[in-house]
Amino acid sequence: MPIATYAGKSVTVNDEGFFENPDEWNEEMAPEIAQAEGIDKLSEDHWRVIKFMRAEYAEKGTGPTVRILGKTSGVSIKELYQLFPKGPAKVAAKIAGIPKPRGCI
Amino acid sequence: MGDSIEKVSIIVSKGSLEGIYPPLIMANGARAEGIEANLFFTFFGLDAIHKERHEHIKVATVGNPGLHLATMAGGLPGVSSVMTHYLERKMEKLDIPSIPEFIEMISDTGAGLYGCKASCDLFELTKDDLIEQVKDIITVGEFYEMAAGGHIIFT
Repeated sequence: MPIATYAGKSVTVNDEGFFENPDEWNEEMAPEIAQAEGIDKLSEDHWRVIKFMRAEYAEKGTGPTVRILGKTSGVSIKELYQLFPKGPAKVAAKIAGIPKPRGCI
Repeated sequence: MGDSIEKVSIIVSKGSLEGIYPPLIMANGARAEGIEANLFFTFFGLDAIHKERHEHIKVATVGNPGLHLATMAGGLPGVSSVMTHYLERKMEKLDIPSIPEFIEMISDTGAGLYGCKASCDLFELTKDDLIEQVKDIITVGEFYEMAAGGHIIFT
């Protein structure tokens, strides 16, 4: 398993860069992961999505898909893609230190 | 990562429910992965973006051996509607959006929706007959220009 270093701490990630253990994540790591994903600065809206991803994962054991995010996070699909052009659920999950959400829709 | 897919152009040529959902799922899934996606609706696939028809897409109950329904039974009046309702109810339970909602969502993801010029001419359709999310009616040549550098998926 590859090791990545965020905010001075080593964490285990999978081949795609998703955290193997979400407990190793903390908020200080998020800006660094975001930068590697091409997001220079995390806005309040980015954080809203990231925190929502964490909460959903904690509750359900899996991150939400884009459709669920659009329906329940309070951020519209259009805005989600503006915030995370490379795929809202996927990129937000990576920044939030949770596994890639599985789901076809 | 050098082998990753960056762009897909998906052609929708069928007008049945089972012909329209798969390309929509592929387009939406591509956008979710950060892949650029364009949808090109041709022939009966145009029903998916037709203002008056896109809410009335039905399952093909004739000539569809996958349904395991006798062809004669599939042809009886109302069977297609009943089967469509049945599938729609199942999909609703799984939170799969209806076709109109799904297409609006896909447009919101930034995917481009286009009608095929030859088919629109054939069915005498103009942009006004198509839903507002449709960006344009384009020729096959324009489609290839747009698809350049990516993958083309025909459904």
